[in-house]
Amino acid sequence: MDFVSLIAVLDSTIRLATPLLLACLAGLFSERAGIFDIGLEGKMLSAAFFSAATATITGSVGLGLLAGVAASMGLAGLHGLASITFRGNQLISGVAINFLAAGLTVVIAQDWFQQGGRTPSLLGAARFGPLTLPFAQTLRDVPVLGPVYHDLISGHTVLVYVAFAMVPLTWWVLFRTRFGLRLRAVGEAPEAVDTAGVSVTGTRYAAVAICGLLCGIAGAYLATALQAGFVKDMTAGRGYIALAALIFAKWRPWYALWATLLFGLLQAVALRYQSIDLGGVTVPVQLMDALPYILTVVILAGFVGRAVPPRAGGTPYVKEK
Amino acid sequence: MDVIPRWADVILIPLFSLVLAALLSAGVILAIGEDPVAAVKMMVNGALGSTYGWGYTLYYATNFVFTGLAVAVAFHARLFNIGGEGQATLGGLGVALVCLDLPWPHWILALPAAMAAAGLFGAVWAAIPAWLQARRGSHIVITTIMFNFIGAALLNYLLVNVMRPDGAMDPATRKFPPGTHLPTLHDILGLVGVPFSKAAPANISFLIALGACVLVWALIWRTRLGFQIRALGHSEPAAVYAGIRPVRIVMLTMLISGALAGCMAINNVMGEAERLVLNSVEGAGFIGIAVALMGRNHPFGVLLAAILFGFLYQGGAELALWTNIPRELIVVIQALVILFTGALDNMVRIPLERIFLTLRKRGA
Repeated sequence: MDFVSLIAVLDSTIRLATPLLLACLAGLFSERAGIFDIGLEGKMLSAAFFSAATATITGSVGLGLLAGVAASMGLAGLHGLASITFRGNQLISGVAINFLAAGLTVVIAQDWFQQGGRTPSLLGAARFGPLTLPFAQTLRDVPVLGPVYHDLISGHTVLVYVAFAMVPLTWWVLFRTRFGLRLRAVGEAPEAVDTAGVSVTGTRYAAVAICGLLCGIAGAYLATALQAGFVKDMTAGRGYIALAALIFAKWRPWYALWATLLFGLLQAVALRYQSIDLGGVTVPVQLMDALPYILTVVILAGFVGRAVPPRAGGTPYVKEK
Repeated sequence: MDVIPRWADVILIPLFSLVLAALLSAGVILAIGEDPVAAVKMMVNGALGSTYGWGYTLYYATNFVFTGLAVAVAFHARLFNIGGEGQATLGGLGVALVCLDLPWPHWILALPAAMAAAGLFGAVWAAIPAWLQARRGSHIVITTIMFNFIGAALLNYLLVNVMRPDGAMDPATRKFPPGTHLPTLHDILGLVGVPFSKAAPANISFLIALGACVLVWALIWRTRLGFQIRALGHSEPAAVYAGIRPVRIVMLTMLISGALAGCMAINNVMGEAERLVLNSVEGAGFIGIAVALMGRNHPFGVLLAAILFGFLYQGGAELALWTNIPRELIVVIQALVILFTGALDNMVRIPLERIFLTLRKRGA
């Protein structure tokens, strides 16, 4: 592989890893607080639709982003209601949210735009444009470093940089703030947090809200930055890949970055090459598609390091009386 | 003492949840400017108004009985098998291999063999997540989700690269030979002189699905294994204390669950398409979750819920054909049913408990 196509694949890796990273960090906040969330997919999908729809109608991508985040946070609130307030089954609630989003987005899209469950293509200010970082043009012709800076690091939409900035921010919030300590504690030993006089319910709702916010950005990125508009089921399993990445990353922010970059690379390679020839052995594209899931199962099997989820994950907290 | 009498738990709570889901769905229909009453009329007419409609309703219901039973059996051991989709996909592969590679003289011979293959392939696809859950403690929900995707990729590869006939563009196998053709309800009811639509895909698999309901009922409530499954589901420490080995029960439960999901393939692959196509399961694995939740994990409840969803599916197709309401409305209804009967169960239960408590106080 020559240098130019390497840069192209890595560039596409960054684009494809961004929604995975945002959704993975979203799941990280929720699951660290003890709320399993397999509804990442649905939240992203609803955000993708409402951001594209709002951007179409208003012509403003900023409003689109806000609408997408609001839709995603609405579903997050529903998940919180089911799993925190009514102490329901968090997994079933996640499944329901995924179907709710899959169905409602198409029903509403058909009603609003009559284009078979999609939004019209977004143009101009209705879509996030690429940002050119300082000196990108001047450094362009420097060998090696120039293309890396100009083509790989510069020229993405603002949401890409937001996603990457979220990694240290997430680490800082979780491991260096009082809120983060409490959030992790309600995921491990909610009774201890309750004894200390901190609201388990409040902390868990906050975590679920952050999860909704990040999924919202991820969905808006899909429809208004990566692609130009919403199409039916456009998340295409990304919420589940993010879930896989979360396990792969053992619920840690920096590992989440590497895991989502790896899965993004797999997607980028699968997108560019239909099959890969490795010294006479042809790797079919379907194997590339399945690899994130296979790797996650291997990790879960505990053959390569052990992934231990937060201890109180999935169990509703019942206050002692 | 339970606050709610058993009949209320079994009938009233699912009914309330269903009414809530129906009201919200009606709201959605209103919001997109259509008439909910007319929509329901059209659905009833399209799904139940003719033997053609019934043929489709029962065809869909057959799929959902198998996947619903699969989820229900696993729920009894408190395992959430969300992998019915992948298990049914692999079941389809088993059916296709049996039907294509052996010269079958008559369906009476082909059907048991195809069923065995479908069950075996489904069970194998459930076995790895089951083993990981039993031995390694990996969460079965996550692993079965992963196996859905792995199964889809595997089938995609096989259909595109291996099983597709030379020269065909379509990623599908060739048509199954005539010796594997299953009798449809038209053929069966014709024997006793009852006229039934010839075009509808409902076939003998529906009767097998009914048999599966009876077998699962007998398994869960009339056998030692069923008792062990339920004991494990109620309390693992108590089950261990009683000498039940959790690893064995988890494995057996999931093998049975996977086999049930896999057996769906005799209906959709062997009975309807008569060849294996991409995405042949079409989400029936996930509808199994809604069906099991609504049916309260009881085979009879599963059967009723499966027929209800069969009705929704066929009715929804009619709506999409004649109105501006897309088929995805059914996905919304399905989501609402899962939400209310599964996740927001307490939202319906707690007010109902209050009502029963006040009634009881007054009575006392």
